[in-house]
Amino acid sequence: MDCQLDIFFLEAILNGLLLAGLLALLALGLNLIFGVIDVVWICYAELVMVGMYGIHYAYKGGTPFLLAALIGIVLIALAGILLHVLVIRPVLDSAPINQLLATGGVLFILQGAATVVFGIDFKNLGIRLGSYNAFDMSFSYSRLLTFGVALAAMLLLWVFLQRSYIGIAIRAISQDRQIMPLMGVDQRRVYLVTSAIGGGLAGLAAALMVLQFDIYPQIGLQFGPLIFMICVLGGLGSMIGGFIAAFIIAEFIAVGSSCFATEWGYAIAFLFFMVVIFIRPQGLFGGKS
Amino acid sequence: MKRITPATIIGVAALLLLPVAVRFAFPAAEKYYLHLLIQILIWSFIYTGWSLMGRFGLTSLGHGAFTGIGAYVMVLLWNYGGITPWIGIPVAVVVSVIVALLVGYPCFHLRIIGHYFALLTLALTEFVRLCIVGLREFTGGSLGTQPARYGDGVSLYALQFEPDRVLSYYVALVLWAIGLYIWWRVDRGMDRYALDAASQDEDAAASVGIDVTREKLKITAISAAMCAVGGAIYAQYQMYIGPDTIAGLGVSLNIVFAVIAGGMWVMLGPTVGAVFTQVLTEVLRVTIQASAPLQKIFGSAVLALDTMIYGLLLILFIIYMPKGILGTILEWREKKARASR
Repeated sequence: MDCQLDIFFLEAILNGLLLAGLLALLALGLNLIFGVIDVVWICYAELVMVGMYGIHYAYKGGTPFLLAALIGIVLIALAGILLHVLVIRPVLDSAPINQLLATGGVLFILQGAATVVFGIDFKNLGIRLGSYNAFDMSFSYSRLLTFGVALAAMLLLWVFLQRSYIGIAIRAISQDRQIMPLMGVDQRRVYLVTSAIGGGLAGLAAALMVLQFDIYPQIGLQFGPLIFMICVLGGLGSMIGGFIAAFIIAEFIAVGSSCFATEWGYAIAFLFFMVVIFIRPQGLFGGKS
Repeated sequence: MKRITPATIIGVAALLLLPVAVRFAFPAAEKYYLHLLIQILIWSFIYTGWSLMGRFGLTSLGHGAFTGIGAYVMVLLWNYGGITPWIGIPVAVVVSVIVALLVGYPCFHLRIIGHYFALLTLALTEFVRLCIVGLREFTGGSLGTQPARYGDGVSLYALQFEPDRVLSYYVALVLWAIGLYIWWRVDRGMDRYALDAASQDEDAAASVGIDVTREKLKITAISAAMCAVGGAIYAQYQMYIGPDTIAGLGVSLNIVFAVIAGGMWVMLGPTVGAVFTQVLTEVLRVTIQASAPLQKIFGSAVLALDTMIYGLLLILFIIYMPKGILGTILEWREKKARASR
């Protein structure tokens, strides 16, 4: 337990900050879906995993990386639409827990399919961006890039929701599901667009993650629980809350991992989450319980 | 209770004589079929424990934590303290009930329900799994560990019975019967009506004098205790425990899937779910292993096919058959009986 206030500790804190950017991006898509459609996509991390495989194979097939990333984003946006039409729409009126479990079925399907089709071995893109060194600390460029792109994406989504017609419709639906159809907003169309954006965000996260992590079929299980935790901690549906919660959780993980072992970083984060929820069940920034 | 019908007596007799039937029907593969039956019975017990909460709308994704605590507490006490499972299992039950109450009380007091409850209990599962992996000096980390074998492996003192499959079968059968008895007691008790009311409308239930938090805590404690016992017995039978085989999100989701498939509102629903999932897995495994072309194309990854089919069935069940296999059959029979009257 070499937990000292030295340069390594500072490095851990800063790396936690960079991890937070990625987690915030992942939580954003899930929060958007929940806020608008009122459904938890428990298979969200598995969509990211499929996106990572898509980008991996597109890149290995000779596509330049940026184009491969674009393919991944479009692919997962389409997957989001498919998920909504095939799975969510039939259970839209049943109990919330049934919706959650139905997407749990999708989790099984995607994980099984990935194992069958892509095999169980770890896959690596083989792109090394190097790292930035300063004051005896080192930060990989892929993490810095992830952080920047994630922030930019969040800003773009915010502008879209504030300015565009469909964005305003999305926000309106999330505030009152009953009234908006009477105001002439096509609820089905809004749901489809939201699912596509949610999927697209997962695809973007996938594009950033292939630069940092090896791909394997179970990678979703590593990130999934973390993302749900961040969303609930920030208040399901609250995008700002999710953003701040991502930073809190990432710091717990980064500092905990550097002081103890990696699992303890995660375990402490989960414990912290449960304690906070017992104090504020609606999450840190959730308005309505 | 319904009067004891001839069908019940025949059913009980058949279950008691099943090992004999297996010996005559499959003399070459007796061990394999008994193994399948034992698995079904132990998991049925765990599933029944889960359905006690699930049927009242308390959909927990945290029961992998309780099976894990049950198995690991017992095995660690045995391996490192030499404490017999006769004491180890009660200790494991107490630990998992305490954890259940610690998580349950704030949840029920603050009325955390629906997907908030599911996601919170999911966090509990992950927390317990991470603790198991983190304590790798004792638990063997993600590789898992084994209960130390006592003598030749069959012992009342060590509660080990794995080499004798017929004995294991009867142990599992008794466990399963106890599970059904608990289910039946809950079903007949007043608590059941209180919980039914609470799952429909908490405010209304509270307004007629039901202590909703207390009732929910009671059923949670029973459910967690059953899963802990089930996890411990499973460890004793398998003689191996790993964080992913007896704890963790995978186990939690399997429990939920099996119970939904079987039907969570009828007594034998979880058992039907266990039969269905175990037989499905085995049939798929045997078919795949028998077909050379499939193996050639996909290699060992082909075993993940069952996960895919699980997922697909889970979605279909939720959309088209939310009452599960047994629930739907019983409903259908009742309708037919009413129509013919």
